[in-house]
Amino acid sequence: MPYRTDIAYLYDGSFEGLLCCVYESYYQKELPAMIFHYETVQETLFPVKEIVTDVVAAEKVERSIATAISKEALRLCRVCYFSHIENKEMAILQFLRMGYRVGPRVTSMLAHDVVRTVTKAAQNVQGESHFYREFLRFSEYNGALVAIIEPKNFVLPIIAPHYCDRFPSEQFLIYDKTHKWALVYQEGKRSLIPLDDLELPEVEAEEAQYRALWKRFYNTIAIEGRINPKRRMGNMPKRYWAQLTEFQETGIEDGSGAGK
Amino acid sequence: MDILEKLTVLTDAAKYDVACTSSGVDREGAPGSIGNAMKAGICHSFSADGRCIALLKVLMSNACAYDCSYCVNRKSNDVRRATFEPRELAELMIQFYRRNYIEGLFLSSAVVRNPDYTCEQMVEVLSLIRNEYRFRGYIHVKAIPGADDRLLKALGLLADRMSVNLELPSHESLQLLAPDKSRESILVPMGRIKTGIHENRTDLVKHRNTPRFVPAGQSTQMIVGATPETDYQIINLTAALYKKYELKRVFYSAYMPVLSGRNLPALDTKPQLLREHRLYQADWLLRFYQFDAAELLDEKNPNFNPLIDPKCNWALNHYDQFPVEVNKAPYEVLLRIPGVGVKSAQKIVRARRMGSLDFVDLKKLGVVLKRAQYFITCRGKPAMGILNHPDAVLRGLLSEQGARLATPVMEQFSLFDDSRSTKEDLVKCLTGQI
Repeated sequence: MPYRTDIAYLYDGSFEGLLCCVYESYYQKELPAMIFHYETVQETLFPVKEIVTDVVAAEKVERSIATAISKEALRLCRVCYFSHIENKEMAILQFLRMGYRVGPRVTSMLAHDVVRTVTKAAQNVQGESHFYREFLRFSEYNGALVAIIEPKNFVLPIIAPHYCDRFPSEQFLIYDKTHKWALVYQEGKRSLIPLDDLELPEVEAEEAQYRALWKRFYNTIAIEGRINPKRRMGNMPKRYWAQLTEFQETGIEDGSGAGK
Repeated sequence: MDILEKLTVLTDAAKYDVACTSSGVDREGAPGSIGNAMKAGICHSFSADGRCIALLKVLMSNACAYDCSYCVNRKSNDVRRATFEPRELAELMIQFYRRNYIEGLFLSSAVVRNPDYTCEQMVEVLSLIRNEYRFRGYIHVKAIPGADDRLLKALGLLADRMSVNLELPSHESLQLLAPDKSRESILVPMGRIKTGIHENRTDLVKHRNTPRFVPAGQSTQMIVGATPETDYQIINLTAALYKKYELKRVFYSAYMPVLSGRNLPALDTKPQLLREHRLYQADWLLRFYQFDAAELLDEKNPNFNPLIDPKCNWALNHYDQFPVEVNKAPYEVLLRIPGVGVKSAQKIVRARRMGSLDFVDLKKLGVVLKRAQYFITCRGKPAMGILNHPDAVLRGLLSEQGARLATPVMEQFSLFDDSRSTKEDLVKCLTGQI
């Protein structure tokens, strides 16, 4: 029996919810034309089926991916799920359908378009996550550290283990301005919370002093005879600069201009 | 002098040290401490010259007792002097680290009073950072030649990486420009560090809790362009250092004329950035591409071709080994194709198990064909319209560069974006000045 394709899925936006879409697609013999969640929902002529997230079904799918395809395939789907690409849900569904068909070798079929879409998206997420291990700056407010980031992908769950491992005795908050979520770490416990807005108090004198010191270090370490703006931009894309302390006003007068 | 001034003076004096890598050691965080380290290293920023900033790179002091003619910190030079108090520096470094500005510390120093005193001060800074602040991040420290073995050992147990700068590529050059330093005074501590690492390895087998000695290995740097050594000499020296002293990295630094002196190049000498870049490319071929120094250059051709990268140069000289069939060649052979890096080679090996690859597939894998296309076949066929004669290949490779040359490019060279050059440098290359 051919699969029914004139249908759209609406799910709750969670990874478990997405796995339930995979479950539904298999058991109902449907290949949806699109999958969206409440925030990306669009007008469509297809009938929309609401997929209710069922933890048991999700777990079943998760186990089956790990056993019938491979653990690597499951990892790839998880990372791709954090990607900002359009229709990531369809990309993951198609990847899994192919995976169920060909087995573990699917993750090696790098030249295949379906596989490439997922691996490229996952690579992009990993790449941006790494940038946020590099180009993220904390400021101290009343003893706690606060950083603001503006990632394209939803990188917080990926960078969280790194920062929690690094600063076990600190209290910190990383605010994702794009997705309006925050990673909060306090007394050894971490949590991800939705946060619409973040208002920060005035910068304290000690914080301003360290910013000024860092800026001075940044400007002094460059060698005049080798100034190379293009190489700097290649290594540190400009879209990260807005949140970097070295390019911000410190509130303290510093003779050497920023990024001379 | 306030701390802002001190930081300025001691950063300015440290900036010519090339190494800023934070790689080579994996260490997880621990409760009650601060910091961890990642094997691949993390860069936290890039300065206006495009170089990575991973570590707080400063001198402990620039009040030097020595008078080396090529060094800005020499005793007779009229510069502002500053010295960090150990606690002041430790606090500054930790505060930078908490804010995620840096990955750790790179501590070097001029020789204050004598090597032992200097080394003691450095040990004090590191033990404050490690024991009092319980810092588990990365520390790179410069060994001070001439310091007592006991102190050197203490430094190595607190740091992740140690380095001794070779300064200049040959004994003669060293005598000419740094008469206070001898080849031995540099090689002795280098040898000691190597032995230390070896002994530590045996101790680790016996007792699991032995503190680790220089776990990220040692590195060195040398200045190129101040003295007349050829690329052949430098690459051979590099290969020997990797082999004999088991160094993790050798860094090259194009000579920057900051001082005038009887034996020094004139102050208006342009730094040989293209040459430095070619040396780094060759260094990568030695470390990651299983090339031998003797394959890259020889006495008849002692310098790299400034127009093409060392791998292309090698491939053109060994054109009988090409073209390589992408679907059949073993991994080691794939690595030798110009334009194919470690990642691309791995992807090819992985993907071709699933079915044979053509040029379109290679593009989809993300293999850059710009250079590779001249050296490969897919299913026995070369790329469309590609000529298979070394001269034609060279023309093909250069024509793209020629097109770039026609438009004036005002830039220097990057480690990662090869073969761009300024017009000026090319003229220099062609007239044999480089």
